Amino acid sequence: MAKKGAATVQNKRKLSWDLIWKQRYLFFMSLPFVVWIIIFKYIPLWGWTMAFQEVKPATFAIPVWQREFTGLQNFMDAFKDRIFMQTMINTLGISILQIGLGTIVAILFAVFLNELVFTKFKKITQTVSYLPHFVSWVIIASLAKNIFNDGGLFDTLTHTNLHLMSTNSPLIWFVIVLIDCWKEMGWNAIIYLSAMAGIDTGLYEAAQMDGANRFQKMWHITLPGIRPTIIVLLIMSIGGALNVGMERQMLLSNPLVQDHTMVLSWFSYIRGIGSSNYGLGTAIGVFQSIVSVTLLLIANKLAGLVGEDKLI
Amino acid sequence: MKNLHKTWFDYLLIVFFVFILIITLYPFINVLAISFNDATDTMKNINFVIPRKFTITNYKYVFEEGGIVMPLFISIAKTVIGTLLGVICTAMLAYTLSRQDFVAHKLFTMIFVVTMYVGGGMIPEYLLIMRTLHLGNNFLVYILPGLVWVYNMILVRSFIDGLPLALQEAARIDGANDFQIWYQVVMPLCTPVLATIALYYAVGQWNSFMDTYLYAKDLKTLQFKLYEIMSQATMQLDTHNVNNTNQAVTPMAIRMAVTVVATVPIIIVYPFVQKYFVGGMTLGAVKN
Repeated sequence: MAKKGAATVQNKRKLSWDLIWKQRYLFFMSLPFVVWIIIFKYIPLWGWTMAFQEVKPATFAIPVWQREFTGLQNFMDAFKDRIFMQTMINTLGISILQIGLGTIVAILFAVFLNELVFTKFKKITQTVSYLPHFVSWVIIASLAKNIFNDGGLFDTLTHTNLHLMSTNSPLIWFVIVLIDCWKEMGWNAIIYLSAMAGIDTGLYEAAQMDGANRFQKMWHITLPGIRPTIIVLLIMSIGGALNVGMERQMLLSNPLVQDHTMVLSWFSYIRGIGSSNYGLGTAIGVFQSIVSVTLLLIANKLAGLVGEDKLI
Repeated sequence: MKNLHKTWFDYLLIVFFVFILIITLYPFINVLAISFNDATDTMKNINFVIPRKFTITNYKYVFEEGGIVMPLFISIAKTVIGTLLGVICTAMLAYTLSRQDFVAHKLFTMIFVVTMYVGGGMIPEYLLIMRTLHLGNNFLVYILPGLVWVYNMILVRSFIDGLPLALQEAARIDGANDFQIWYQVVMPLCTPVLATIALYYAVGQWNSFMDTYLYAKDLKTLQFKLYEIMSQATMQLDTHNVNNTNQAVTPMAIRMAVTVVATVPIIIVYPFVQKYFVGGMTLGAVKN
């Protein structure tokens, strides 16, 4: 039985109590987690129904089928909200900056690191570059205060007061994105570096023969070599454009700049949990998810149209 | 593509990466220096890398009066328990899903993978945990909702898929049951991938902030404590006199000392697991 079981991969054995009994250990080892994931991940999905109902703390206990359906009222309320437009602009602004700058910085880092011939130094640089990735946003926020706040490093270096973290303008987007680039540069480069390791070294030798210099090799071999990776990661990050996490924004924000750090997930928190309008908060989350999937599909389609490999 | 002789470009790259190293490390060294510097002296200028007036008063204050002992304990507890349980559960689940002959293998895999793409979102999860399960301010809220990360499960499963099947066959012929095969044959071979996911779980647990913020403000973790210290901006100009000394401690100095305490465990752990996680990350990239 044992040999039959593992050796034939596409086994079409009939489901029977006998078979289930034989695999009882496997069920013991997996069923608890199936129950767990249904509770913690699938029941919240069912919570999407709240987006179409009016749900406040007082009405939360009422079973879902007895609550009154309000159609798209919650979505209308969200779109008409005083700060919705600004929140949307902030979310997109931060995302676009993030995708653009983050990608360029990580690729530059990877390309240059790939060119580094001093092996020991290369290793140390890479290890150090992972450090900020593993440090929490709370700690990063604490470090950033010393650098960007009034009287911090930037102000001292330039001998002026730049108000980098206290100007109520999109300047704060740049500060947030810059900090994020600094944090994730080394980590995001890993994936590009491993793509570069897969490039045929014969190409470099041939280019060498033809008299190509270092920059030409980088431009004509390394970058085209990692293009599929870049495209896949770009499609994925465009899909996540509206899912800018609330944690980073909240921690790097302060009341002076809050108008420009408010993003959708934070807005959902404030209306949904802060003001206990569960239905409205859920509606914002649902809106986010729907737009995300749409963006992902559009980006994927576009990649296909310009002749790149598609993600899905 | 190694060049025998090094050109000016190679040395320019060195300069470039030394610059990168400096901007990566400066903020950390700066915080470390401030945390060991006399608090009143720090107020003159915060941009330095070597303590001007060395003192351990800031740490003394933080541990004796700053109220970080309990948060530190909670942070350690959730990291240790969450990581241990997470690794064991992930490995167990991954093994069952790696078994192609397991009757529920396809169905269960699908149930897990779907959750990587669709989720209920913040509000429904919040309501489930707080209103339905009543886990608010309960230590379980740190462990249960994030018990197994599907991404980590896939990492382990891919690793098990790469192991020779003959070993499992041999154990089965010797009369081992499925649990014994997992525990005695598969687990010992999985050390590299288990080290990687242990790092992910440990870092995730140690760094998590939103779980305390949303669900358990009474069970403050170190990260949350640091957040509280940061948001008490009104304290900015107060100074506290540390008992039995005439040295003052400022909110700035307290913040720096707590930042260092919260960072040190990470710095100690991650370089050791580096050789594993780099492989793990690219594997995940290929599989996705």
